[in-house]
Amino acid sequence: MGLLLALAAGLLFGAGLALGGMTDPAVVLGFLDVAGAWNPALAFVMAGALAVTFVGYRLVFRRARPLLAGRFSLPKASAIDARLLGGAALFGAGWGLAGYCPGPAIASLPAAHLGTAAFVLAMLAGLAAARR
Amino acid sequence: MFPALWLQALLGGALIGGAAVLLMLGLGRIAGISGIVGGLLPPTAPDWRWRACFVAGLLAGPAVAGLVLGRDPVGMPAAGLPVLVAAGLLVGFGTGLGSGCTSGHGVCGLARLSPRSVAATGVFMLVGGATVFVVRHLVG
Repeated sequence: MGLLLALAAGLLFGAGLALGGMTDPAVVLGFLDVAGAWNPALAFVMAGALAVTFVGYRLVFRRARPLLAGRFSLPKASAIDARLLGGAALFGAGWGLAGYCPGPAIASLPAAHLGTAAFVLAMLAGLAAARR
Repeated sequence: MFPALWLQALLGGALIGGAAVLLMLGLGRIAGISGIVGGLLPPTAPDWRWRACFVAGLLAGPAVAGLVLGRDPVGMPAAGLPVLVAAGLLVGFGTGLGSGCTSGHGVCGLARLSPRSVAATGVFMLVGGATVFVVRHLVG
């Protein structure tokens, strides 16, 4: 049951990314290019996602625990340190170079573009390296 | 951008939010892609099964959206292979180090009003914008 729910959540997530234009790097780079022909699509995607999540989380957190798990697994770290900010800066640089963040890159894999596969393989290697 | 396009973007965002709420309601988990995928890499997290199911759904999502849209929503990569590999390494290492990406920090963390996520989102947005500025307007 939990696995089916995870599958449904992933499907909804991937469909939302695609509908919002996030699986097209040109749209994402168009958002980051404020000095060029600015494309606000990503701002609308963020607004829609934040509105639903902000309200939805508040309803969910009224519960003592999730439907199918013993407890809510929420991040415990609270320090705004060099690791967090440095990591975010490196991520931002890569995002600006390719127009891919992790979700859209993975969701774009079935289109079988060599460049997307190369990006995702390198991303997995970087992620594995950072976890050591 | 035409109103139809921003409505479509808003709706796409709402689906992403719905997915995040569903995952929290059902499994009590943050819908952060880098975190979910990170647990599938060695040393594999003991709870890898739900992570694999989520990624399977994520891979199928754009095809479903394509049926609704009547066109392929997946665009071509926007850079050459060497740049894509370098960008992939930066995105993977950066999200691993910074414990999250656009979804974990930018959506779930901001919705929880997490100060860490507000800081991280501000930084990756600024650096992303600065990188595009350099590539397109200074170098390009």
